[in-house]
Amino acid sequence: MNFKQSIRWFWPIIPILGALIFTAVLLILFGASPLEAAQSMWRGAFGDQSKTLSVLAFWIPLLLSSVGLLVTFTAGLWNIGVEGQIVMGAIAASWVALKFPGPQFLLIPLEIMAAMLAAALWAGLTAILKTRGGVHEIFGGLALNNLAIILTNYLISGPWQPPEGGTFRGTQPFQAAALLPRFAESRFSPISFVFAVIAFGLIILALRGTVWGLKLRALGKNPRSAFLLGVSSEREAILAMMFCGALAGLGGAVRVLSWFDSLRQSISGGIGFLALLVVMLASFRMFWVPLIALFFSAVLNGSISLQLRTQLHSSLGGVLTGVLVLFMLLFGNPGVLRIGKRSKEEVRDER
Amino acid sequence: MSDELIRQLASILLQSSPLIIAVSGETITERVGVINLSVDGTMMMAAMTGFVVGLKTDSLLYGFLAAAIVGAIMALLVAFGSFRLKQNQVAIGFVLTLLGDDLSAFLGQNYTRIPGPVVKHLPIPVLKDIPIIGPIFFNQDLVVYFAIVLIFLTWWYLNRTQPGLHLRSVGERPEASFARGINVNRLRYIYTIVGGGLIGIAGAAYSLDVKLGWSDGHTRGLGWIALAIVIFGGWSPVRGALGAILFGATKALATVLQRTFPEVSVVAFNSIPWLLMIFVLLTVGSEFTERLILLMPKPMRGPMSRALRVSPPMALGTTFENE
Repeated sequence: MNFKQSIRWFWPIIPILGALIFTAVLLILFGASPLEAAQSMWRGAFGDQSKTLSVLAFWIPLLLSSVGLLVTFTAGLWNIGVEGQIVMGAIAASWVALKFPGPQFLLIPLEIMAAMLAAALWAGLTAILKTRGGVHEIFGGLALNNLAIILTNYLISGPWQPPEGGTFRGTQPFQAAALLPRFAESRFSPISFVFAVIAFGLIILALRGTVWGLKLRALGKNPRSAFLLGVSSEREAILAMMFCGALAGLGGAVRVLSWFDSLRQSISGGIGFLALLVVMLASFRMFWVPLIALFFSAVLNGSISLQLRTQLHSSLGGVLTGVLVLFMLLFGNPGVLRIGKRSKEEVRDER
Repeated sequence: MSDELIRQLASILLQSSPLIIAVSGETITERVGVINLSVDGTMMMAAMTGFVVGLKTDSLLYGFLAAAIVGAIMALLVAFGSFRLKQNQVAIGFVLTLLGDDLSAFLGQNYTRIPGPVVKHLPIPVLKDIPIIGPIFFNQDLVVYFAIVLIFLTWWYLNRTQPGLHLRSVGERPEASFARGINVNRLRYIYTIVGGGLIGIAGAAYSLDVKLGWSDGHTRGLGWIALAIVIFGGWSPVRGALGAILFGATKALATVLQRTFPEVSVVAFNSIPWLLMIFVLLTVGSEFTERLILLMPKPMRGPMSRALRVSPPMALGTTFENE
């Protein structure tokens, strides 16, 4: 490895350090010791078995949504509606869990299918609003996110409220047969881990090794020439969105069936937005997605126990991840700082 | 006109004022060809900063000033990242939105749900006594007056001055502007920062006037509404302001209806902004509207098309290399 290559390899350390320093300064401003906070976060994330399992349990829906977003980002679509797709998946799974009258062994497969279908349709709606209605997917997705959350609140406080009366917090817990089997008293369900691994593998294969993946890449890179090559941008856009929706919906199902055991007000809790950050941070290095998602899951879980211990607001986790992605976006490429000042010779050399 | 209706209209104007200011700011930014998608996060950061600074210094002026500076800095990040570092404008804006939400919650954590300074009511003598118009437009506070003046000032600047012409030309045809000797990226920096400052003022207008105080995610969602209104307004400051007022009016109407029909649950009420967002963007964007216009009698087509169809500045979201 020569000098230039090694700079390119180790460069990302600089934005990471920058984000850590930014967060540390913030903590000092609030009279907290950054080292103690970091220790506290570490203990909150990996301090004992149950905490580690919580990190893993939070990681799975995040990973599923991030993997889905790999598809839409490849197609050049801003699927901000992923948050609402998680919520719709959770609602559909809850609907089956609460209302399905048939035999119990069908519950889990039906819940998962309903979740994936509902979320895929919700995502498809965003796509059709874009292709047919001229509503940019950022705005369509955002509006549908909020509508999905409002629908959750309506269901919790209305038709699905627990028999003992309307709290605004959640439905009654689902029957045991409706829940995913869990690992040792935790919220981590090994089967959902298997789903996530399969989804990740399949999507990588599909994006790297199939004609569909090639079409999506063409669409993402240059919609006009993709169109001239005969790629139907409408069809591919809708399909990509629905794929992402299905995976996010599966994530939503995992949220209700193994994390909460019921439908709650903040059922997603920002996992969709976090997944957008994961994929942006990974940019097109797909194999980093699971690791980044795990790191984010640890930071968020850690910051929640930091709040319990030190009274520091748990948004610190969001600040750290947000600043990290921002710095990586801005300064993640070593060439970036010299752009505009490069001499013509340098540009020619690079070619 | 009944007193009740006049009071309602005055209240709608007050409620819409911060949105009008934010829409003006983003309209200026987008007319010069830059998408500052960070509006939602910027407004939250500015609302928090404006409230905290206003409380600490006991000065509304410093509160608004600090909020404007925060807005300008966020806009500068978008501009710098996009022009200098050549990164994706939309991506930077979106990350700043998420970051603004969390950072404002963290920085403002010790100032939630406490009373703070309030913008004072300031009727304008003589003018306030004009029937109907007086109580609606001139019996308000400085935020409302600022918003009203800003609408016309922005319109005048964009459409009737030479610098405004340059601004628009940079947003439409940067290459041609460059050939005419306009420093494209410098203008883009300036107007993105000015627009961001206005968005900041809008944030503080919430925390110091229209939606008093600070709490986590105090203005969450309103920035996105402002972004949608800019599109609905066809990138015109006057139409954008009308869009903001229309939005305020719909919310007010919903409140009245909810009082009249309490059984219509709060759900319907909460969904209105988002249904409205989809609906107005469909109106200005879909092929269906195009067909609807073609069905109309010929003399109506022109005006209808102007009223319903919009087109963005041609160079919106692109970057320009000064070489």
